[in-house]
Amino acid sequence: MSVVLVDAGGTNIGSVRYALQRLGVDAALTSDASAIRAADKVILPGVGAAGPGMARLRELGLVDLIRSLTQPVLGVCLGMQLLCERSEEGDTPCLGVVPATVRRFDEQPGLRVPHMGWNRLRPRRAHPLLAGVGEDDWAYFVHSYAVPTGDYALATTDYGGEFACVIQRGNFHGMQFHPERSAQVGARLLKNFLEL
Amino acid sequence: MLSRRIIPCLDVRDGKVVKGVRFRDHVVMGEIVDLALRYRDEGADELVFYDITASPEGRTVDRGWVERVARVIDIPFCVAGGIRSVDEARAVLHAGADKISVNSPALERPALIDELAGAFGVQCVVVGVDSLRDSDGEWRVRQYTGDPSRTQALPRRTLDWVVEAQKRGAGEIVLNCMGSDGVRQGYDLDQLAVVRAICQVPLIASGGAGAAEHFRDAFTEADVDGALAASVFHSGAIAIPDLKQSLAGWGVAVRI
Repeated sequence: MSVVLVDAGGTNIGSVRYALQRLGVDAALTSDASAIRAADKVILPGVGAAGPGMARLRELGLVDLIRSLTQPVLGVCLGMQLLCERSEEGDTPCLGVVPATVRRFDEQPGLRVPHMGWNRLRPRRAHPLLAGVGEDDWAYFVHSYAVPTGDYALATTDYGGEFACVIQRGNFHGMQFHPERSAQVGARLLKNFLEL
Repeated sequence: MLSRRIIPCLDVRDGKVVKGVRFRDHVVMGEIVDLALRYRDEGADELVFYDITASPEGRTVDRGWVERVARVIDIPFCVAGGIRSVDEARAVLHAGADKISVNSPALERPALIDELAGAFGVQCVVVGVDSLRDSDGEWRVRQYTGDPSRTQALPRRTLDWVVEAQKRGAGEIVLNCMGSDGVRQGYDLDQLAVVRAICQVPLIASGGAGAAEHFRDAFTEADVDGALAASVFHSGAIAIPDLKQSLAGWGVAVRI
């Protein structure tokens, strides 16, 4: 099986690649359109801001390519947010494959932003991506913007209200937390993605 | 429910994990990757690595061990030590660190915080603050604490610096209360509570843990998001699984 990591300049690419290696998969890091199109699985990682993330995908000529992919695609953290229609972060138009607008966490007393640390996953819909993941499982989050919950939400997390932490629409999937840094639960989720 | 984080701190010197008392007299505790794996297995929520002599020696952190840790560790980790530019930070992040922490270089040139937040987002940028109470009762910051012969007391008030660091783009503050560090008499709850009141980003307590109750008090009385400790974990005086069970029993949200 061939897995590619889209090199859009995010700083967590190395960590995601190592996590896949721990599962026995050697993923290629690439921004080459034909390599991405030919892969069995495509992962869009990314840490940083929506504006620069989309600018980089445009610069590489990958926006329409990613939209047109038919194999399983996984966006991680910012990569998941880029799958949505737009992001309030810099008022950025995104890839638009998931019908949602990414919003900043509301200012609330005692609610610290970024949302940083381990929080619980609440499965909302049965899906092979969540096989073996239950209500008591924790994942590691670091983000200031989030995807509101909707019918695309496979799992949600509570932080000053509910937001979508695992999403799926057709062949596109997203995880707001960092599976590469979420211990056994994260490894299980990545393994599930590889087996889709 | 966001859990409170238990964070072992590994001070790195010459490629080994070391520990001193009150930042002095370092002894070797073990190999970096071995200790990182041990803490991961015990349920640590995150790890912090401080290359304690990088800043005083005017060099940046050694990226070789950052990459070795990133390959084997599946929990987040933060790296600190003499990072004084966006390029140096990028190299450490690309080697696999999840966050970088700046301390003395940010005091030398506060705009470094703005530059790092602009380049990588605030979620990557931790500001470490070494703080000590002066004889006039005011908490002020210290610089170059990795080398006692170079440590400097600055006129900058700790509270002013915490406010400025957040404005500039700190995504997390680690408050090292130097007066309580290494003596295991508990975190400096007074100072932590005062800083908590002006800190809107995650706040991590550092310095003074000696018993499970000290962690509980930092969480319940000073409302910190995470608690960092070194010697009690390295020596085995506190085992992380037992600590987390105790905290859960006291009603503190922890990942078990």
